[in-house]
Amino acid sequence: MGFKKVSRRRFVGGTAALSSAMVAAPFVRGAYAAGKISVGFWDHWVPNANGATEKLIKEWGEKEKVEVQIDFITSQGNKLLLTTAAEAQAKSGHDILAMNTFLPARYADQLVPLNAEMEKLIADNGKVNETVEYLGKIGGKWLVIPATVGSQIKGPCSRIDYMKEYAKIDVQKMYPAGAEPQDKDWTLDTFMKAAEACHKGGHPFGIGLGTTSDCVDTIGAVFHAFGAVMVNAKGEIVVKNDQVRQALDFYKKLIAFLPEDVPAWDDASNNKFLVSGQASMIMNPPSAWAVAKRDAPKVAEQLWTHPFPAGPKGRFAPFLPFFWGIWNFSKNVPAAKSLLMYLSQASSVEKMVVASGGYDLPSFENLTKFKIWAEAEPPKGTLFSYPDPYHTQILSIAAAPAPHKIAEQIYNLGLQTQMAVRYFKGEALEKTLDWAANELEGYMRN
Amino acid sequence: MADIAAPTATAAAGNRRSSLHKLVQRKSTIAFLMALPLILLIAILIVYPAGYAVYLAMLSKSMTKFVGLGTFEFILKRQVFWDVVYQSCLFAISAVIFKAIIGFIVAHLVHNIPLKGQRKWRGMLLVPWVIPPAMSTLAWLWLFDPSYSAFNWILAHFGIGAIPWTGEAGWARFCVILVNIWAGAPFFMIMYLAALKSVPEQLHEAAAIDGASWLQRIWYVNLPMMRNIIAITALFSLIVTFANFDIVRVLTAGGPLNATHIFGTWSFKVGIESGDIPQGAAVSLFMAPILAIAAAFILRDISRRGSEV
Repeated sequence: MGFKKVSRRRFVGGTAALSSAMVAAPFVRGAYAAGKISVGFWDHWVPNANGATEKLIKEWGEKEKVEVQIDFITSQGNKLLLTTAAEAQAKSGHDILAMNTFLPARYADQLVPLNAEMEKLIADNGKVNETVEYLGKIGGKWLVIPATVGSQIKGPCSRIDYMKEYAKIDVQKMYPAGAEPQDKDWTLDTFMKAAEACHKGGHPFGIGLGTTSDCVDTIGAVFHAFGAVMVNAKGEIVVKNDQVRQALDFYKKLIAFLPEDVPAWDDASNNKFLVSGQASMIMNPPSAWAVAKRDAPKVAEQLWTHPFPAGPKGRFAPFLPFFWGIWNFSKNVPAAKSLLMYLSQASSVEKMVVASGGYDLPSFENLTKFKIWAEAEPPKGTLFSYPDPYHTQILSIAAAPAPHKIAEQIYNLGLQTQMAVRYFKGEALEKTLDWAANELEGYMRN
Repeated sequence: MADIAAPTATAAAGNRRSSLHKLVQRKSTIAFLMALPLILLIAILIVYPAGYAVYLAMLSKSMTKFVGLGTFEFILKRQVFWDVVYQSCLFAISAVIFKAIIGFIVAHLVHNIPLKGQRKWRGMLLVPWVIPPAMSTLAWLWLFDPSYSAFNWILAHFGIGAIPWTGEAGWARFCVILVNIWAGAPFFMIMYLAALKSVPEQLHEAAAIDGASWLQRIWYVNLPMMRNIIAITALFSLIVTFANFDIVRVLTAGGPLNATHIFGTWSFKVGIESGDIPQGAAVSLFMAPILAIAAAFILRDISRRGSEV
């Protein structure tokens, strides 16, 4: 165990030899010659869904010789939102960050324009819907790229048996797997009658009226279906109009057929209501079905995801897109752009959709017919209509077309659900509209 | 000259050394040096964020220009802000009153338990206070769950209909206040228990000889001896309860219809969730003057009593 003593002469000799060798050695290109980037992506609900994204990023990193640090950030407890706010304030953090709905507009001044990249992706994958354009293209510039991961349509997820028994509607016949929809009669009137029948049958629809995203998205689509606009694209308050009155009347009637506690519901409440076997229908992406498949297989066997009912102005469905943006303080913008292009190729997109069990929805028109949606079961074809393969719906977001800074507040403060609950609880309609107009004036602040 | 100058310089250096030595030896200097790490910590974690919040509150919504007190002026005109003020006061004041009453009663009960068994009771009663509120409130959330409330399940066994615990404004306010009382009452209990232990037993004996009942002993002996502790505990609790966030956030998220929003949750809602950081900062800063007034009154009362003694 004795250590060999190093004399001063020996040490000087050794270090001199090492120095000479280092100076004389030829330059060898390092594995990380193209630099480093860090990405902050949304941490998926679906177990192992992050794996596909991680694998794709690693593949790209090895090909491009870029060292990538990947962080999957949960949206639980608003962690992703807080991370975004902190990075925007500090002007430091990830190169690429996942942002949902109104965040690209909120941080428009701090994002790198991606016009050329989006033009290429649209040429390759087909056009994107109007909601993606409204949320991602600010002032004529694409500031983000629509992310496959996390994007979702929150359409109806119905119980096949209850809908047949109480509402006399065969949802599988209306939206057959692998064939065009037979949904001419699937309107808001039919929906209301079905809600009443299922309520009478003891299995009401589970539609929340809190201020969380699921509740706001559903009422937003119903408002659009009536053409009810509260603030127009110019930023003018136009809430006191007949379409808004019609939408609120519709909701007042509907609330009577919903569970009593819906004003207190959050985004988990409707899922629990469905999985527990009580609901005839909820408005949700297939996460609730996936949970039922795991925890209540008998319930899962009876679930069918399909498009929204049509209103006087069309068949609108709530679409909640996620985006990937590059901060303008990123030190490696070319590498970040290259990674986003790689992740948006059709082959990459399909891998992410498959890993999520069909939950994730690409925003591009040509990417809505992957096998996973046709093959998902039980029952076979349950998710076929989820990505709207025949493009029968107008994908929308609540509060559009108001300018983003106003729309963001209408959305996040749940103005529409609050109006519906106030009116339902006995407030006069005009008083509710006055209250909403007053709230909207507050949102106009610059 | 050199011979003269050398001793003068040495003397001056010696004087400087001795004055430095005296400065270091002075009690106040030592105290300051020992407190310095804490002062720095407070400066970094409290003074800087508070100053930054003031700066943010003076910016426009888009944070591109300085608007002075414009945001505060705007907030004062909003009905929803006054609803939040009302709810914050209702939440904090009612919770503190009930915590004080329950803490006072339980402290007396525990004080009268023989010393051997007292430790177990003290430990058990402190449990709600030592569990992080975000976690314990989750358990309460399940008890009050809109659809699957355990309380409603029990009520159903007695033929009582379901109560919309978090779905109706009045009940939702009751729920958030109840959970705050549950989590905070042990703090009052332990503070009052410590105060009770310092009340000289001779006073009780003298009162007993004079024929005082147990209620009179509490009223005329314990209460006056505990007044300062009661006031300080109430002040601390008022500050913490006013600034509460987790209980309301987890239990009702401010709903229904904004009926349970308090300063902290409303500030988060408008600032972080809705993208109006200056307004969020301004709302949160409104807590400071309200608490400063409460603190001034309570501390003035304490110092007045101190000087009377």
